[in-house]
Amino acid sequence: MNRVRARLVVLQFLVFLLLAVLALRLWQVQVVRGPQFVAAATETRTRDVIVPAVRGPILDASGRPLVRNRTALVVSVDRAEMERMRDGGVAVLKRLGAVLDRPVKELRERIRPCGPHVTRPCWPGSLYSPIPIDDKVSPRQALQILERQEDFPGVMAEVQAVRDYPLGTGASQTLGYLQPVTEEELKKRSKLKANFSGVDLVGRDGLEYVYDEALRGSPGLRRVQVDRMGKVLGVERQTSPVPGDILITNMDANVQKAVDQALANAMKNAPKADGAAAVVLDVKTGGVIAIGSMPTYDPAVWAGGISEKDYQRLLSEKTGLPLISRATHGQYAPGSTFKVSSVSSMVRDGYPLKGKYDCPGVYDVAGTAFHNFHGIGMGVIDLHTALVKSCDTIFYRASYEMWQRDGGLKPVKHPKEPMTNTAKAFGFGKKTGIDLPGEVPGRIPGRGWKKQMWAATRHLSCTRAKTGYPEVEKKDPGRAAYLKRLANENCLEGFEWKAAEAANLSIGQGDVLVTPLQLAAAYAALVGDGKLRSPRIGKALVRPDGTQVQEIKAPVTGRLPIDKGTRDYIRAALSEVTSDGTAAGAFSGFPMNVVKIGGKTGTAEVYGKEDTSWFASFAPAADPRFVVVVTISQGGQGAMAAAPAAREIYEGIYGIKGPAALPGGKPVERLPKISKDGTVVH
Amino acid sequence: MNQALVPRSRSIVRRAMGAHSAVWRVDGVLLVAVMALSVIGTLLVWSSTRTWAAGAPTGMVKKHILNLAIGWVLCGIAMLADQRTLRIYAPAVYGVSLLGLLAVITPLGSTINGSHSWILLGGGFAVQPSELAKPALILMLSALLAEPARGADRPRPLDLLLCAAAAAIAMGLVMLQPDFGTTMVLAVITGASMIFAGLRKRYIAGLAVLAMAGAAAVWLFGLLKPYQIARFTAFINPANDPRGAGYNSTQALIAIGSGELFGKGLFQGGQTTGRFVPEQHTDFIFTVAGEEFGFLGAVTVVALLGVVLVRGLRIARQSDERFGALVVAGIVCWFAFQTLVNVGMTIGIMPITGVPLPFVSYGGTATFANMIAVGLLQAVHIRERPF
Repeated sequence: MNRVRARLVVLQFLVFLLLAVLALRLWQVQVVRGPQFVAAATETRTRDVIVPAVRGPILDASGRPLVRNRTALVVSVDRAEMERMRDGGVAVLKRLGAVLDRPVKELRERIRPCGPHVTRPCWPGSLYSPIPIDDKVSPRQALQILERQEDFPGVMAEVQAVRDYPLGTGASQTLGYLQPVTEEELKKRSKLKANFSGVDLVGRDGLEYVYDEALRGSPGLRRVQVDRMGKVLGVERQTSPVPGDILITNMDANVQKAVDQALANAMKNAPKADGAAAVVLDVKTGGVIAIGSMPTYDPAVWAGGISEKDYQRLLSEKTGLPLISRATHGQYAPGSTFKVSSVSSMVRDGYPLKGKYDCPGVYDVAGTAFHNFHGIGMGVIDLHTALVKSCDTIFYRASYEMWQRDGGLKPVKHPKEPMTNTAKAFGFGKKTGIDLPGEVPGRIPGRGWKKQMWAATRHLSCTRAKTGYPEVEKKDPGRAAYLKRLANENCLEGFEWKAAEAANLSIGQGDVLVTPLQLAAAYAALVGDGKLRSPRIGKALVRPDGTQVQEIKAPVTGRLPIDKGTRDYIRAALSEVTSDGTAAGAFSGFPMNVVKIGGKTGTAEVYGKEDTSWFASFAPAADPRFVVVVTISQGGQGAMAAAPAAREIYEGIYGIKGPAALPGGKPVERLPKISKDGTVVH
Repeated sequence: MNQALVPRSRSIVRRAMGAHSAVWRVDGVLLVAVMALSVIGTLLVWSSTRTWAAGAPTGMVKKHILNLAIGWVLCGIAMLADQRTLRIYAPAVYGVSLLGLLAVITPLGSTINGSHSWILLGGGFAVQPSELAKPALILMLSALLAEPARGADRPRPLDLLLCAAAAAIAMGLVMLQPDFGTTMVLAVITGASMIFAGLRKRYIAGLAVLAMAGAAAVWLFGLLKPYQIARFTAFINPANDPRGAGYNSTQALIAIGSGELFGKGLFQGGQTTGRFVPEQHTDFIFTVAGEEFGFLGAVTVVALLGVVLVRGLRIARQSDERFGALVVAGIVCWFAFQTLVNVGMTIGIMPITGVPLPFVSYGGTATFANMIAVGLLQAVHIRERPF
């Protein structure tokens, strides 16, 4: 028995050792490393559910919605969760496909990340956020998913706000659209990251892009306790989302409808027209009342993930690139609408405003005959008549003379270039700074521009001067020869500002390009107080509880280089265009006693294409409140396509043929009242 | 009922309650420790099973209490057993337990959680014969080794061979289920019995070599199932496969660690409520103690088990009968090994092995076996000659 007892002592020692080891290890795990495991426990036990903030709506000046939210039942899939499954989530997607009545292949395609070789349907957003795969789910389908959560791990069905566009295709380029944020965007915009919930979308174009931060609000966070299966046991902590601001714009939904209708009709009536734009500005404030572009599209195609077909349609040349707003991205030669700048530069250069000028049918510019429209002379007339009847030769002559005074082909040290510089003072050749993304600056040519161009293109021109254009030669030998001559000329003397170019500039032809928005802003300054304003679509950002945050004013960016007398003189002249001038036909029968319209037609020649049709106008003529600019690309003469469209817009504004869009002919000035619950008080 | 048994059973009760009854000579400390463990175990089982079925949060804990009640009755009966009687009946007990193990591998047996270890009795009750094999083997081996070699305090070689044979049969049957954890427990019991019976040191060394060789053979000849290998590799590095084999040990560590010093309070453990630790009411019951009662509670559980072990060792030392001492030593080694493996695996110092924590884990047959063992400890204690 002694041996047994002796060995029992050894066992006793081992038992104490065991107890000590366990206690020590427990101390190490629970006390020393305790906080670390507390953190790990919180991580496994809780899920942070981001509660996206409701995105603020976009309203017109009287509070009518341009973009609003509708609630939809959205089914989304957590990609990370799928990837953790042994079969990559195929079984779950199969069950989901059965519930949603969709092929599994489509679901799998929709959750794969977009890449250089992966075309839509695919997911362009962050891989760590749930991917919405259907936003038109019935409550029954949603219940099927929610009640059998164990069959659908990683699948969520929840009520979400989806963007809704009451105007349909109207102003779609201006309003913009939403897309899931990409990883790169998140990295680039640190502020975005802080405010970004991972499940909502980011504004990609138009107002949605420019006012994205204000519209988005900030997401809430709900930390829920879950069990091993992901079933929610309770809410641990919650911060409410802060809804986004309401963007009240200067736009008017009814005027916008009139604009869209007018542009659609104009496109229909001009068979070759490939694009159109119209801008309606408030002369007094610089606010944009309506802005339209054709062809257009329905932004609803973006909601819930765009299909490959729709996406290609939006990007296709064939459908006329409907994503691109012609009002801000379209650059066209302005034709005669540019003459307001030319008259101003003549006055600045000392030509008497009320002088008499000869308007021959043909004017010789450095050996080249420059014709009036149809080559018809008008005799000795004043600038007033020159504008009303749209004489060209007076401006050819003035521009040629100015060119000569600057030294012609051998310019003086500091050439005055009145035509070029006045045009720049009218805001042409640079962006207006409107609250829309991607605006283009247009182009005002001149001596400096020529030098730059030559420096940039000289090498290519000189090569072409030698090699010619063999690819064109097969089809059109004549044109190839012309191009080769041109290349040779550009190679040798491309830096020279030629007399013909100066003459062309004076009537808005040649290398000059303007956007419809620039022209509208310039006319607003001309017929208004002479101050150039950067147009604004946004009018105010209002908190959803009705307290105002921020009023948006169109900033003054410049002053026209002419005095009030000259402006009034030009305005008076343009006021007669619709009764006695080039637009008289388009406005015949228009009740000028109700409101008199002033304006200027423009017909810009484009090589190989139909003319660009312009009408830049204002009303009422005596004390203008609105500027309406219409452009129809390949629409033909200004009087034939653009002027009738403008007439239709005025008819809509003033209610000539139906109810007035803006009763009393005044834009809505007071902000709509937003009640505490975020609705508009009517 | 057999007529002859009636007066006898009455006499047992009378004897049990008599003024000189052994009942008043039980080891009180051991009794209190086991009772405390039973109460703690009940709370932990309750906490870990109350989220199972909505509306029936006490279903499992009620069954556990019933199991404990039966266990205490079995404990009382075992306590009254006389050592000589036990010695005589040991081969029979052992034989019955072998029959139980055999029954499991016949169509009577059922598979629960991948282990073919059960005989379903209906009504939600099941018996796990491998648990009962533990005390049965202890009795058998102790009986075989009770008679030492003449003139020496050493086991007779023939007895050793018989021991090895008895153990091998039991272990082999358990291995067939397969139940690796119980096989290991049986191996430890066998080794301990032989060692305490006075096995020569060189044989002990030989036994150790044999154990290592056996482990190597098991490893080399692929006798382990892939999941068992995965458990071992996961034990070496749980981060390798935190969602697979390493999941249990990772979640167990998180649950225990997050209890910190004072714990989160009964029913307040988020890991327990969320059922992140698998098999939490049985093999991983200790994680509930760790999370909800903290370091203090976990150490208390370990300490109470320590009290049981130390009291057991005291009983063994004081025993003047070889058989009783061997039985007690076997039981102490059994409990010590299960405590080490069970607690060890939840705190990451042992590989995951399916052995329950004595007196704490849910499990009817295991509870019965444990309580019978406690009864045996008391029985040996009661019959010790007072010093």
